Amino acid sequence: MSGADIFLDELERDALTELVNIGVSRAAASLRKMVNKQVLLSVPSVEIVTRLSAAALIGQRETESLIAIQQQFEGPFSGRALLIFPESNGLRLVRAIVGDEMDQAEMVEMESEALAETGNVILNGCLGSMANMLQQSLKMSLPDVRRGSSEMLFEVLSSPTEDSFVLFLYINFSVRDRDIRGYIAMIMDLPSLDILKQLIAAFIERVTQDVP
Amino acid sequence: MPVTVLVVDDSKLARIVAGKAIAAHQPDWQRVEASNAEEALRIVGEQPIDLAILDFNMPDKDGLELAAELRAAHPHMPIAVITANIQDEIIAAVRALNATFVGKPVTEEAIGGFIAGAALRLRKSGA
Repeated sequence: MSGADIFLDELERDALTELVNIGVSRAAASLRKMVNKQVLLSVPSVEIVTRLSAAALIGQRETESLIAIQQQFEGPFSGRALLIFPESNGLRLVRAIVGDEMDQAEMVEMESEALAETGNVILNGCLGSMANMLQQSLKMSLPDVRRGSSEMLFEVLSSPTEDSFVLFLYINFSVRDRDIRGYIAMIMDLPSLDILKQLIAAFIERVTQDVP
Repeated sequence: MPVTVLVVDDSKLARIVAGKAIAAHQPDWQRVEASNAEEALRIVGEQPIDLAILDFNMPDKDGLELAAELRAAHPHMPIAVITANIQDEIIAAVRALNATFVGKPVTEEAIGGFIAGAALRLRKSGA
């Protein structure tokens, strides 16, 4: 049972999941072009949980420290989008993108920058598709690379409202033959959710209205 | 006999949108819906289905696996796989099954080619 039922009705939740699915699928196609290997995606999850539970949803599955590229988005609704992997996957991803020519030292040096750029392509692709379908525009901050536990990435500890609820959307992905996997996640505070709910309702209305 | 089209998608909204786009081209076609592959296979076993439109990213069995099973049992059935995931491997897998790739979100335009082609093939085969 997910708390999302309290805030969104069945069709609204369905529509939000579908929007995420389309956004992430398009973003995966961009990532595929960068790594030149197929990118496999899970079905998206949409939940309303505390920040702490959101962190636990990711943290429980991972034993090592994580690396995340995150971007804030602002518009009619606001939040953060994150591309998260186990820390050891960061260099593998950069290697998959730059190819075998670059030497290890050079690659380590550019890891953060390369990850930021990759995150930017994926997160913008995903949020951009969603915003377009909702007929809204979102302003995206520059990507920022962080390392740490999932609690740290989701700012559970520094937030005075760690038990407050957030809308948490996530999907896991992996890159075929490359031993790279991670998550694409979005976190939105609940004040944004009322507006998002209205936008989703308008989207449903648009796409289901009868052909004139 | 009317043409029956099976729409398989775990999203109810996506089924509504696909149904609307199909109706815009072929208002007389009967539409049957399934929310997962298992339900789809049950329906195909129970009633005549002329063509199928399948979502790719579904829980449990995905649209490509479902397409492969439908193709094995129905070598001539027009099948479309719909997804926003335009990776080469997925498009190639769709084509290898002699199915049609349709981008998501499904619009009247996007699905028009598949519907017209399927209508033609079904008429030719005397359905």
